[in-house]
Amino acid sequence: MIKVEGLTKRYARTVAVDNISFEVEKGQIVGFLGPNGAGKTTTMRILTCFLPPTEGKASVAGFDVQEHPMEVKRRIGYLPETPPLYPEMGVAEFLHFAGRLKGISSADIKGRADEAIGRCSLGDVRDKLIGKLSKGYRQRVGIAQAIIHNPPVLILDEPTSGLDPKQIIEIRDLLHALAGEHTIILSTHILSEVEHSCGRVVIINAGKVVATDTVDNLTNRLRGSEAVAVEIEAAGEHPAAGEAQQRLEQVQGVSRVVAKEPKDGRLRFEIESLQGRHIRADLARAVVNSGWNLSELSSVGMSLEEIFLQLTASEQKTKPEIETAPAPEGAQQ
Amino acid sequence: MKNTLLIAGKEIKSYFASPIAYFLMAFFALIFGPTFYVSTRDMIRMGLQAQMMGQQQPMNINDMIIRPLLGFAGTISLFLIPMISMRLFAEEKRSGTIELLLTSPVRDIEIILGKWLGAMALFLCILGMSMLNIAFLFMWGKPDVLPVLVAYLGLILQGGCLLAIGEFVSTTTKNQIIAGGVTFFFCLLLYLLSYYIGYDTGVIAQVVGYLSIVTHLDNFSKGLLSLKDVIFYFSMIFLALFMTARSLESSRWRA
Repeated sequence: MIKVEGLTKRYARTVAVDNISFEVEKGQIVGFLGPNGAGKTTTMRILTCFLPPTEGKASVAGFDVQEHPMEVKRRIGYLPETPPLYPEMGVAEFLHFAGRLKGISSADIKGRADEAIGRCSLGDVRDKLIGKLSKGYRQRVGIAQAIIHNPPVLILDEPTSGLDPKQIIEIRDLLHALAGEHTIILSTHILSEVEHSCGRVVIINAGKVVATDTVDNLTNRLRGSEAVAVEIEAAGEHPAAGEAQQRLEQVQGVSRVVAKEPKDGRLRFEIESLQGRHIRADLARAVVNSGWNLSELSSVGMSLEEIFLQLTASEQKTKPEIETAPAPEGAQQ
Repeated sequence: MKNTLLIAGKEIKSYFASPIAYFLMAFFALIFGPTFYVSTRDMIRMGLQAQMMGQQQPMNINDMIIRPLLGFAGTISLFLIPMISMRLFAEEKRSGTIELLLTSPVRDIEIILGKWLGAMALFLCILGMSMLNIAFLFMWGKPDVLPVLVAYLGLILQGGCLLAIGEFVSTTTKNQIIAGGVTFFFCLLLYLLSYYIGYDTGVIAQVVGYLSIVTHLDNFSKGLLSLKDVIFYFSMIFLALFMTARSLESSRWRA
């Protein structure tokens, strides 16, 4: 549905997007992940025909963004980073205008606007001026204008920014309802967002794609092994930290035991398993059989957050000349 | 065409949703009204004086009131037009709504024409305020209708030309104040060109004189409708709108 090949966007002094390629299948929700200034917005702007690429090709639904921009624009619903709203218009009035602009006929516009209002739960504010709305409502009006013409492709630049947790869940549900018939790309720097909403992730940093995969695969691939945190209650001097560590290292399948700072008289270790081994039951048995009290045993699976940091950090090491310091909030790349 | 009108309608609504439209109309009425009063009063005095001296000269309302008044309206519009045109693109760029327009299936030229027509509509409303005064002359006098219409046509064409230039300037910046200021500079420059040449008749003077919007408006306010002047305004409007289109396109490349 969306195909990007060797896309590069250079500005006067900076390279915003550097030779990136990815594909999105019909009906997928893809999360675009990266720190501020990574090139997410630029990529989205190229896909929506707002900016022309310097090099490379991008096509949406089979239409090239440079050769057939009109066809591409017709098939895209786009929510920019700042929702494009006219403060002097009412909500319904604005949606009528946006819908007509996107080619909905005057006969259909009322029904479509009402549908978008319903889907984004804007019924309460439909006659209010946009300038008087709170940030969360504005964001939702922005989403409403993106979906009003029922486009096959939705491109949402940080759709949940400025929303409260309840609204975030509503938007998430809305996205899930839209997926399937719509192909969705959404950008975010909030990782839990991706874990919840997206089937696939494209992680980009400093203008380059660092990883593309499903969320599960990505976590598995980078986790490789299981990591377990163990806490053992120590009464008096027993057990000694060294002794406990030795005992844990003897458990089968353990590759590494890292002793952590003891807390409240409890010894704490972080233990990593060999690839594909389940060690939790054995660990528990080992502790209990030694006559110690096991007070906690928990899995510390690598979160997407850690993966993200790991990926973007390693990129920094190999390419120190590229500015990757997070740009100020809201800065445009 | 449909999109052009849609955008024009949106522009008109925006003007009238903010105080700017009412302010400009009031501003124009407040300046035009007293000027109208003074010139009418002066003409009546002159008429009475002439009668007392026993001279019986026919007094012409067209020449003595309408022509200078509408010329004056043209001068006032130099000040008003930057205030109309400055927001056209600058505001959309500042607020980010330009992304909605440029990512919708609408051609650039439809956006540009729509905005220009919207601005023209407000300009016509402002100019319409002067008709209230001119109407009095028709109620109590017998001025010729045709020269008045020609003069209005001239004002409309001049306004269209300056608004197109203002629209072009507005595409180049995010800052409305700068857009307004630069447009005012251009308006003033085009207005003053005729003064710069004075009585010079060389080739350069002729070219500069041709570019001055005032020389062309003069003919209109005299009631002279000549193809040459109409073509001048139309070509200026076309040129400015063309430059607007180029500027809008290049702003994508520069981003």
